[in-house]
Amino acid sequence: MEAANVHVHGAHDAAHGHGHHPTGLMRWVTTTNHKDIGTMYLWFSFAMFMVGGAMALIIRAELFQPGLQYVSPEFFNQMITLHGLIMVFGAIMPAFVGFANWMIPMMIGAPDMAFARMNNWSFWLLPPAGILLTASMFVTGGAAGTGWTLYPPLSVQMGMGMDMAIFAVHILGMSSIMGSINIITTILNMRAPGMTLMRLPMFCWTWLVTAYLLIAVMPVLAGAVTMILTDRHFGTSFFNAAGGGDPVMFQHIFWFFGHPEVYIIALPAFGVISHVIPAFARKPIFGYTSMVYAIASIALISFIVWAHHMYVVGMPVAGQLYFMYATMLIAVPTGVKVFNWVATMWRGSMTFETPMLFAIGFLFLFTIGGFTGLVLSMTSVDVQLQDTYYVVAHFHYVMVAGALYSAFAGVYYWLPKWTGHMYDETLGKWHFWLSFISFNAAFFPQHFLGLAGMPRRIPDYALQFTDFNQVSTYGAFVFGLSQLLFLYVVLKTIRGGEKAADKPWEGATGLEWTLPSPPPHHSFEEPPILK
Amino acid sequence: MTSKASSMAGLAGLGLSLYSGLSQAAWELTFQKPATRLGQEIFSLHDWMMVIITIIFVGVFGVMFYSVYAHRKSRGHKAAQFHENTLVEIVWTVVPLVILILMVIPVTGTVLAMRDTSNPDLTIKTTGYQWKWGYDYIKGEGEGIRFIATLATPPEQINGKAPKGEHYLLETDRHLVVPVGKKIRLLTTANDVIHAWWVPALAVKQDAIPGFVRDTWFKVEQEGIYRGQCAELCGKDHGYMPIVVEAVSAEKYSKWVEEQKKLMAAAADDPNKTWTLDELKSRGEKVYAANCVACHQATGKGVPGTFPALDGSKVVMGPKDVQIGTVLNGRPGTAMAAFGKQLSDVEIAAVVTYTRNAWGNKAADMAQPGEIKAARK
Repeated sequence: MEAANVHVHGAHDAAHGHGHHPTGLMRWVTTTNHKDIGTMYLWFSFAMFMVGGAMALIIRAELFQPGLQYVSPEFFNQMITLHGLIMVFGAIMPAFVGFANWMIPMMIGAPDMAFARMNNWSFWLLPPAGILLTASMFVTGGAAGTGWTLYPPLSVQMGMGMDMAIFAVHILGMSSIMGSINIITTILNMRAPGMTLMRLPMFCWTWLVTAYLLIAVMPVLAGAVTMILTDRHFGTSFFNAAGGGDPVMFQHIFWFFGHPEVYIIALPAFGVISHVIPAFARKPIFGYTSMVYAIASIALISFIVWAHHMYVVGMPVAGQLYFMYATMLIAVPTGVKVFNWVATMWRGSMTFETPMLFAIGFLFLFTIGGFTGLVLSMTSVDVQLQDTYYVVAHFHYVMVAGALYSAFAGVYYWLPKWTGHMYDETLGKWHFWLSFISFNAAFFPQHFLGLAGMPRRIPDYALQFTDFNQVSTYGAFVFGLSQLLFLYVVLKTIRGGEKAADKPWEGATGLEWTLPSPPPHHSFEEPPILK
Repeated sequence: MTSKASSMAGLAGLGLSLYSGLSQAAWELTFQKPATRLGQEIFSLHDWMMVIITIIFVGVFGVMFYSVYAHRKSRGHKAAQFHENTLVEIVWTVVPLVILILMVIPVTGTVLAMRDTSNPDLTIKTTGYQWKWGYDYIKGEGEGIRFIATLATPPEQINGKAPKGEHYLLETDRHLVVPVGKKIRLLTTANDVIHAWWVPALAVKQDAIPGFVRDTWFKVEQEGIYRGQCAELCGKDHGYMPIVVEAVSAEKYSKWVEEQKKLMAAAADDPNKTWTLDELKSRGEKVYAANCVACHQATGKGVPGTFPALDGSKVVMGPKDVQIGTVLNGRPGTAMAAFGKQLSDVEIAAVVTYTRNAWGNKAADMAQPGEIKAARK
């Protein structure tokens, strides 16, 4: 709050203020500026995306044909674990925190985030966590080979890499909680006069709800992994039946975190899409109020459906039925959002620049992921699909075509604002089409593999699964390499290009477009007045 | 396999005749052919849901793509400015709710049927071990039969040194034999970590949780061999612990039970026999190959950093009772399982003797089955 008040009252005049800032590396280490921190979040997330992506390609290379070709089964298990943890905690979550840092102050008419120093700290916690996760590959015994879900007793058997993963999860959790406190405080206290909650930009709404979800569930995950830690080293038996514990209890605790986590990733993605679609349809978002209610209902329901990840642990039939009914309910508010987006496009005046292409790609593929989620919610059908490649296909449609595509849409949409330059539209479209086609080549066949009976998390498989695995591997490699094109487009835009207007998109609305491109060091020195 | 898929598989086989296994290649698009009534119901439920989903999909994206086509600026379409309609919002909240209710009613029936494990004809317990399945016939015809089924695919096929066989990775040394038309209740548990017993054609998947017993059931309609795998990540060889169920007629099943009883009687070791060092070593080598090589390796060198070497190990070369204790009770918090319940006194004595005298280890002593029996108490 301090930083905010100081600047709002103009006690610290901007031109004067800039002289104090360190340059070079120290600028980034000591920065308390929301844009610098947002930029660091986004670059960190991209670096982790590359690391996690390289691991995915190792997995896909090994699965190109039956038999063991490149890696040992132990190493394969480590790859799937690190790929999952790095992509979820290192790539997708920080990417959206990066967007939040950049955009929330600019969208609500504030000069910066509420707690500027804590903002610096919540970013600088991430690199140590990323290093711990990645470096755990190189310690004795290697990284955890349990899958990102870290189920005991298997996680109790692991070597030191498991402890490093637990520690990394603790640090990431702290970072997320601090980030969330900052976002909630900023949104609730620093809005420009006249911006009531029901006039809040949709991206801010999604982040407000997400931040509450994070504060509610990150401590739960921290508790679960701490119990594993004490089971491993201090003789407790939380998850050991021989000592009176229960391995399934971990799954309940983990998924009580894990299911809201899905929406922690998805909601900010919804937020970005809710800005991009109206901008390129040149038409206000349809059903703002019902969108806000849908976000809130999704968040609430996400707390009461966790055990649909556990239909085959042998819970009582009443439990199976309850979790099935509750899970299916989520389809209702999610459907409302999809219908609203389509209604926003309806009778608009659409153009299809790269952000819009990714938004439509998101809408199309995320909905497919939603449909397979509906299939998986049916307990008796899920018994056939649990822990198969069908599930892998399902959550990649939600996580990659959902969250990642939305992040791409957001980057292309706001890049002119951030850098002051227009990106190369032709290359952006190439990036979209390559990603779209290769993503589907990589993941659509995995539905068939799962239906036909291929379990997930295996380094080697029976011969009847060969053909679709080969298609999937080709798709994955093209998808991975296409992301280098994205890197090139972004770098090229940062270095130069056509000058971007303050509002480069004809249909864009919101306070961020009233600022120059690139925006000044402190976004709004004086709060704008909303009529 | 459809005829189209077969002809494609034929082509693939021609093109890549080096890999005989590929002649089996198949672009399967849906569930395996179910062999139980419940499996059949799940199959039709899935089809029914796909129909509903396809209708919704075509509806929603029909509208969206029409809009993408018609309402574009390049066609000169002017944007309307409507952004609210309460009636529409109510309709698209209520209609999906109704569709969901229509979907869920038939599913509820199958869930209830799936979990009704009452009145079985035969009860079998399966135990997941890293990385094999143990079976105990505990009630009904065949009571008392017990065995462990391990992967039968030779390592050469996995490492690409031999062509892969038709049932690559889905073959075991022993089959779980069950009679057709009988309700089989399957109890699942595990010895070390969580496993999951899954045979797709039987529509059965149940986690096997150490320290707890869960149950499920199936009734096979047709004779045949049904193959499945462990479905819960359980460590290094998770991909290498298949399940093979052989469903036979009632008469064949009774015959099989007779044979097993005779074989078990013949194989039982005389508890009072005193074994020689060479007898124990040669028996121990077999036990080692079946139970220990996955981690400690045939060379006894283990996998550095993950699985300790036995060659030159302080435990193996140290006091015998300590080593026997480790084999019997395992080592909590590591992948070293407790073999006390899996192996007989003779087998443990043999494998202890073998490891003390194999590779560079020259303890030159041996463990007698009597010592194991004493150590169990």
